[in-house]
Amino acid sequence: MKYVVIGTGVAGIAAIEAIRTIDTLGAITLIGDDPHGYYSRPGLAYYLSGEINDKLLFPQIADEFRKFHVNSVKGLVARITPASHSIYLQNGSSFEYDRLLLATGAHATALSVPGAKLSGVVKLDHLEDARRILKLAGRGKTAVVVGGGITALEIVEGLIARGAKVHYLLRGNRYWSNVLDEDESHLVENRLKEEGVEIHTHAELKEIQGRGHVQAIRLVDGRALRCDIVAYAIGVVPRLELAQQAGLVIERGILADQFMHTNVPDIYAAGDAAQVYDPRSGHSILDSLWGTARDQGRIAGLNMAGKKAAYIKSVPSNVTRLTGLTTTIIGAVGKGRDEDVVGIARGDSESWRELPDALAIQTAFDINHVRLLVGERTLLGAVVMGDQLLSLPLEKMIAGEVDISPIRSQLLASGEDIAELISGYWLKWKKLHAS
Amino acid sequence: MASGYVVPEPARCVQCGICSYYCPVGIDVRVHVWRNEAITHSVCLTCGECVVRCPRGVLRYEQTDLFIKARSG
Repeated sequence: MKYVVIGTGVAGIAAIEAIRTIDTLGAITLIGDDPHGYYSRPGLAYYLSGEINDKLLFPQIADEFRKFHVNSVKGLVARITPASHSIYLQNGSSFEYDRLLLATGAHATALSVPGAKLSGVVKLDHLEDARRILKLAGRGKTAVVVGGGITALEIVEGLIARGAKVHYLLRGNRYWSNVLDEDESHLVENRLKEEGVEIHTHAELKEIQGRGHVQAIRLVDGRALRCDIVAYAIGVVPRLELAQQAGLVIERGILADQFMHTNVPDIYAAGDAAQVYDPRSGHSILDSLWGTARDQGRIAGLNMAGKKAAYIKSVPSNVTRLTGLTTTIIGAVGKGRDEDVVGIARGDSESWRELPDALAIQTAFDINHVRLLVGERTLLGAVVMGDQLLSLPLEKMIAGEVDISPIRSQLLASGEDIAELISGYWLKWKKLHAS
Repeated sequence: MASGYVVPEPARCVQCGICSYYCPVGIDVRVHVWRNEAITHSVCLTCGECVVRCPRGVLRYEQTDLFIKARSG
């Protein structure tokens, strides 16, 4: 059996691990165009902030991969010919496959304003992007950050950590409006202000000015700011060119069934490029989550090696750090559209915004904050900021659709200690359902 | 008799490596998390440095009752 995996992100790596649990002899070729191969892309945020060095981004799995006998090829795939089960690289070489995985990922949506090609305009997709930002940033430098979601904030925090003066532009009136509620947005914004970030709301970028290098930006309403760096994170787009060319069915991503199989025989898709059928909601969902990509890659690998395994979408959740506050987002928590993001952002899930009728309750103590979305019989979603004691029980309760009827009215009554109610109920429920 | 280990919640992990970087005795904590294994390494001090440093709340300290473990095992 000949396997080819396109994409060196976590979906591709997880697929190869899974294949080798079944097929120890088949030939595996891993093809990718990232010059650094596999590393922790979410970890780039901590590289920017100076918490780790770039060596740390590379997990020590090289030895294991040697055992897997993977033929690693650096290069860009130009086209796939499904009829002959062949793929062709831009450099002229070609490979045949029996099973092919497209784990091509997603890349930053490009800025389309005049001046976007000037030097000093940066994004955060790859290690090379992070290195570029670090080269530009530093004391005395002024940066403008455009965009929303997790990545924009990670760039803001990285730049502050490196001593730059940061202006953060928001098109709407608050940060991450389709996932966070107003209190949560303002909590983040206030902490950014404390760190010296200047937040400009209702600020739509019109153009970037400079001669060769960025010198200033101008907004639609005429405001202007002098700057040395413009960083943007306005969303990500799945890399779909190959899939399109190969005749795969595409909506917002490559459509895959529960077995991560596309509409073309022997071609599978997983990770940020895949839009995967979820039997629970009846929709095909696009996620841009690292954990999801790993799960999907593993399931794809098992199926490629002949073991029928269905991908059961878990309740999407992500943990991130917003202005130093560990924040967990679980299940359905928001609605609508965020003006600062086109489509989906990195670390985002479409299902976070599939919120049916739910009552929201929240509690806050010091800088800690919990918001619960309470359905008829179960919890539908949660946002936990700061203290994370509740995030694990909430994840289990939301994913397990635990019946909360016994505490529902107490939860909705104001003045109750939500944290205590949840943790007490969870402990009781666990004990009752143990064994 | 009670003891404890650092245990991971792999679904929260993005393999950034902060845990391994800050481990004072050089355990590659991240590999354990990838494999969903408790840090049962004999040199682990259970000092909690990895637990505190992890930006995503992946690691926690869990008491294990060795007596029960031995009995059921």
